[in-house]
Amino acid sequence: MIRYDILKTLLPIISDTLVVCNIGLPSQELHKLDDQPSNFYMLGTMGLCSSIGLGLALSQPQKVVAIDGDGSVLTNLATLSTIANNVADNFVLLIIDNGSYGSTGDQPTYAGRKTSLTAVAEACGCENVVECSAEETAGAVKAALASDQMTVIVSKCESGNVAVDVIEMNPVVIGDRFMNEVRRQNSGG
Amino acid sequence: MANAIDRKIVDDLIKNEIGFITTVPCKQLAGVIEVLDQSNQVMHVPSNKEDEGMGLCAGAYMGGKRPCIIMQNTALGVVVNTLATLIQFYQIPLPMLISYRGEVGEKVACQVEMAVHTKALLNQLAIPTYHFSHADQVGELDGILKHTQMAKKPTAILTDARFWGSAQ
Repeated sequence: MIRYDILKTLLPIISDTLVVCNIGLPSQELHKLDDQPSNFYMLGTMGLCSSIGLGLALSQPQKVVAIDGDGSVLTNLATLSTIANNVADNFVLLIIDNGSYGSTGDQPTYAGRKTSLTAVAEACGCENVVECSAEETAGAVKAALASDQMTVIVSKCESGNVAVDVIEMNPVVIGDRFMNEVRRQNSGG
Repeated sequence: MANAIDRKIVDDLIKNEIGFITTVPCKQLAGVIEVLDQSNQVMHVPSNKEDEGMGLCAGAYMGGKRPCIIMQNTALGVVVNTLATLIQFYQIPLPMLISYRGEVGEKVACQVEMAVHTKALLNQLAIPTYHFSHADQVGELDGILKHTQMAKKPTAILTDARFWGSAQ
């Protein structure tokens, strides 16, 4: 299974959940599969998906899933220490670990070689770290959301992408639509 | 050890409903950070690097909290891409309270090397910039914080050694 296949299996679980999605192909694939006001698409800024997700989770009570990648987390590796030390039990960090920089031509990342992001997350002090296969990912996300405990999931999958279009939405529209959805969920709407 | 100006700065932040602050420390900002940690009106999440901090701030803003980042001017070497592609592109109001190292009164020569680029970088990024070099100028902070929210832009408040020295 590649990332696109995992995203498809996740839709029934995350469709109404606040999602912060990683730059490039992950956001484009999610946008193609299931564009929702509850999705925040990153159009730029490599590495900050997990940070945006944590900031959002710490600032309001609704559940947040950040769909990040191994290359992105390696770019901002210290994020795992910030996450570990600022526990938000409404936060799930899903690292789709396909061992490659998918958006730039599938160059290998170090996570596909010697480096274990699962071990790094644990060493940073993250208390609930789950490494799973692509096939197990939807179940792991569902369990993490139900657990009310901050969870880091490292989903080991195959490298590969599908052909998708660039997101043409204006960033301010993406942000405004998302913030309205955050407010709606928090007002019980 | 915090003094009156540190408390005044934190009071202004709270008065302007800043609810989320991330910091990367600087000696000049130690008093402000100390006062922040004594307050229960603002969430303080230290970050390891300033671009990470701006990611946290973007998330906090979308979660309904007004963010602020406290950092050194040397960090401008780290955050150019994040300011352009996240904070400015998505129009997130973000006051940056910046310790302006390398200005008159600096003791560490290396700090001057980034000081000479500081205003040029901010100017290139078209970021509204305010330079405090005397303690009296702290009175402008309240207005700058309001202006930041209105404009939905990042703004830079540069505080140099003379500012902190005159506040003793």
